[in-house]
Parts: sequence; structure tokens; C-alpha cells
Amino acid sequence: MIRKKILLALIATLAAPVPAAFALPADPLKSPMWEYHAERLFGGATVRFDPAVKVEIPEIAENQRVFPVTVDARALPQVKRILIFADLNPIPVAVDYAPRAAAPFLATRIKLDQRTPVRAAVLTADGVWHVSGNWIDAAGGGCSAPPVSRVKGDWADHLGEMHGAAWALGGTQTRLRVTLRHPMDTGLVENIAAYNIERVTVTSSAGTPLADLQVFGAVAEDPAFTFIVDDAKGPLTVAARDSSGLEFDGVVTPRSATLAAR
Amino acid sequence: MNLTRRSLIGAALALPVAARAETFAGAYAPKAEPVAEGVWMVRGADAPILFDNGGMIANSAIIATDAGAVLFDPGVSLEHGKALGALAQAVTGKAVGRVYVSHLHPDHALGAAAFDPAIVHALPATRADLERDGEGFSDAMYRLLSDWMKGTHVVLPLGDVAEGEALFGGRRFRLFAMQGHSAGDLALLDEATGTLLAGDLVFHDRAPSTPHADLVKWRAALDRLTAVQHRLLLPGHGPLDRDGGAIAQTRDWLDWLEAALTQAVSDGLDMTEAGELPIPARFAGLKAARYELQRSVSHLYPGLEARLLPRL
Ligand SMILES: [Zn+2]
Repeated sequence: MIRKKILLALIATLAAPVPAAFALPADPLKSPMWEYHAERLFGGATVRFDPAVKVEIPEIAENQRVFPVTVDARALPQVKRILIFADLNPIPVAVDYAPRAAAPFLATRIKLDQRTPVRAAVLTADGVWHVSGNWIDAAGGGCSAPPVSRVKGDWADHLGEMHGAAWALGGTQTRLRVTLRHPMDTGLVENIAAYNIERVTVTSSAGTPLADLQVFGAVAEDPAFTFIVDDAKGPLTVAARDSSGLEFDGVVTPRSATLAAR
Repeated sequence: MNLTRRSLIGAALALPVAARAETFAGAYAPKAEPVAEGVWMVRGADAPILFDNGGMIANSAIIATDAGAVLFDPGVSLEHGKALGALAQAVTGKAVGRVYVSHLHPDHALGAAAFDPAIVHALPATRADLERDGEGFSDAMYRLLSDWMKGTHVVLPLGDVAEGEALFGGRRFRLFAMQGHSAGDLALLDEATGTLLAGDLVFHDRAPSTPHADLVKWRAALDRLTAVQHRLLLPGHGPLDRDGGAIAQTRDWLDWLEAALTQAVSDGLDMTEAGELPIPARFAGLKAARYELQRSVSHLYPGLEARLLPRL
């Protein structure tokens, strides 16, 4: 059951067929699933562990259902795609991001099933995958509690409700933050079918695609995304579609106040 | 949610615990420090709950009475509770006759397993909290502490504590039913010595934790505690407070935390970025500050976003 889910999730992001054998660098995290994922996600492409990809995560997973991950690959040129994945999650890949006219930067929140590596893989125009990440022990901690889950009986009333804001960063970039009410059901719970946001796009006022994000069930309930897009002029349109075909959208006008560049 | 608790625990236990089991030789050795006539403080480690400390991170207090020792917060596990019971017997010459559980958190509450449930008391809200969360806490503690938790079952305290005077074994207490750190926070003043047992409403030189916090109510509770005449204050975590600084320090942290996270949402930060915010120099002496800041981001940030980010 779980294996099937892994395959389904992987197939969605697969581009290249898997060759019989190719040279993968040894995993600095020594994950039992590294080769399995790498062969399927990267095909025969060159893979490099690269500290230029910054994967920022908290020291602990306080809430396994809402674990924040920020990927910053702005030190790399010509980034085409960014994957965020957790090796030991039943749905390993959380997002597949194409920053069309946007900085190679993405923040979101994912679910964790257990102690696992959390990684970003960044594809540059030369066909090389740059990979970075770290282990996270998915346990609650300290004077506390398992996850403080918000038990919501009202999800349907708020489905697709969007909140957001945008900030001019100086220059021509805009930081955009969007949250969206959605249960993001994984299909791994008995009697609850998979039901998740599948795609989020950001478009400029002139109709230029800025950001194109594929979203999988490993993204946390009520997803939140932070983008840095290359357009600071007009309102930005955020559109999302879920796996039942429902579409949601919203328009964000950047705040005039310029923040210190991040 | 996609993952059952059982699958989470099963998977999570697989690796680290196998390694731990072979080397486990842990035994709790709590120490009692006399702080006033007939009152002892038992210090927890000023650290997160870790296998290395057996989860013995919360402070407890022991008070001698004619009817037996009063134990305020029985620890995290059966063995921890037993060790605290033996310690109380050793220092007071009498077995534990009454246990108070200050609030729901497992480092304070699960050690009730070592005592007759008929002598374990708490606020009604705390009993309700533990009815809801006790099993989940227990699972989480087994996950973190494995063998230290051996034999621990959730023992619900009697939810029979009310605000006001209590007389036990010739000793007079004032009990305060508060909230803010959680939905039910019990504080106890020992009238003979002016010792105030504040539970987790007060942290001292250790960053406050917020998994069930209501910051408005917590501040109101701190106002009330400030107004309670006392000579000594035993915080839930951190060293004894003799000069009244701990209440102010707890408030200072909570005020800073809320303002900093509110500003972070307004500045467009995401959670990881908020968790990396600089911590002011005046908190340099607080243990576990970065750790608790990141936990608080997890507890508070989604709610702040829902409130502060405009609806599109
Ligand atoms: Zn607590």
C-alpha cells in the first residue's frame, strides 16, 4: 500500500527513464533510501551534493504535521526546478517548483512521517542536480506535547480561502506569501481519499508566468508558500487547483514599503 | 492527516531505540534541596526532554506535613514518580500523602502513575486536558524516553482542586486556579514559609515553552502571581527565585516573543526565518532559548498568519 503510494508520487515527478546503472555520489546523510530516490528522480543526470543549496529547517520537528522548510538556491545560476523531498516519507516529494521568472527560493511546510532526511534538489540549466539537506528527528519535544493539531470540523466552509501579502524587496523583486485553507488529505488514512492542492501558479499583471509549483500530498494541511518573484510592478495573481479540479485564486498588490533585502 | 499514531511511533522507534536498549542502565536520582522550613526543591535539568536526562526536566517541590509529604509535580514517568516518592520519604520521614499536578504537561504529570490515584489532585481543567491528551503524551514520551518510561500508564488526577485555602496535615496552603501556560495552571502558596510554587506559569533562566499557551491569560496570571505576597518562588523550570525576578523575566520573554513573531509576519517572514530571528542579549542567560523560540514559532505562527495576512 505504502510502496504503491511512493511510486505514484514519484511517477508524477518523473521525467527521465531510469538507466540500469549510473554513478551516484555517496550520500553524506547515509540514507537507506538515497539510491532509490536518486535513480528515480534524477535519471542518469549528474548529481552533486552542493552547499550552495541552503535548506533551512528548525532544530526539531515540534509539529510533525507542519514542518517548515525553506530552500534558498540563489547562489546558483539559471535554476530550472527545485524539488523538496523527505526520503522516508510515504509521499517523499512535497513540491516540484519551476521558478519561471522568480528567484530560486521557496518556503513551505511539509508533513513528516518519522526521522528522515529532508532535502532540496535543484536543477540548473546545465542539467546538473544540486542536492542538499539534513536529517530531522520527527518527535515532539520538551515540556510538551505531540503536535498541537488544530482539529477542524469546518474545513469545507473555508476550502480554498486564501490569505496573503507581498512586499517590494527593492530592485525588481517581490516577496509573496500565500496561505490557503485545504485539508491536503494524503490518501494514507483509511476511508479518506487523497485530496490535495496539485498546482499553484503566480502570474504578473501583464500575464507573464512567474512561478509554477506542483504540490503533492506531503505538503502540510492549510499550505503556506513564500516566493520571491521578479516583478515588482503590479498586482500578482495567485491561482491554485486541487485534485478534484476545484480552482481558487486571489490577487495580491505589493505593499509599497520596501523591506530590507533578504 | 495521513499517518496513524501507531505508524508514526512504530517507524520512529525502529532505529534509535534498538541502539539505546542495549546500553540502558538509567536510574532516576533526584536531589532535594531545602529552601525553607519543611520545604524542599527538586531541580530538573534546564534542558529539553532528552533520553540523556530521562525527561527529568521539571522542578518538583516536597512539603512536610503531619499527614505525610506533599509532592507538587510527580515527574515524567512511573520510575521518576517512585524516585520522588522515596526522596520525599527520606527528607520528611513520611510517605507522600498528597500529590498535586500543576498542569497537563507530561514532564510534570505522568509520574502520577507512581501513586494511589485517590491522593493525586489537580484542577478540573487539568484532568480534562489529560483525559484528552494523556495517551498522546504517553506515546510521545515512550518515543523519546523509551526504557525510562517502562511501566508508565496514564493516571488521571482527581479534578477536585478549587481556588482557595487548603489545610493538609496541619499545614495551610493557598491554591490558585489560573491559566495561560495551559488551560489549567495550579499555583500553591505555603503560608507558613511564604513559598510560592508557580508551576510552569513561571520559568527562570530557562526560556518559557508555549505548546498550549494563551498569552493574554498567561500575562493576567503573572499579574496575579505578582500580587501574591511571597518570600520565595519555585518556578516550573529553572533555579529558585529569591528576588522576584523570575515573574518579570517570564513576562519579558512572552512580550518579546509575541511582538517579534507579529513583526515577523508583518515583514513577510516564513516560519524557518522567524525561528532564526536574533534573540535579544538580555535573554543570553536563558537556557534553551533558541529551542523554545523555534517551538513557539510552530505553536503560534499559523494563528498569527491567519490573523495578520489579509484575505485575498
Ligand atoms: Zn508546561
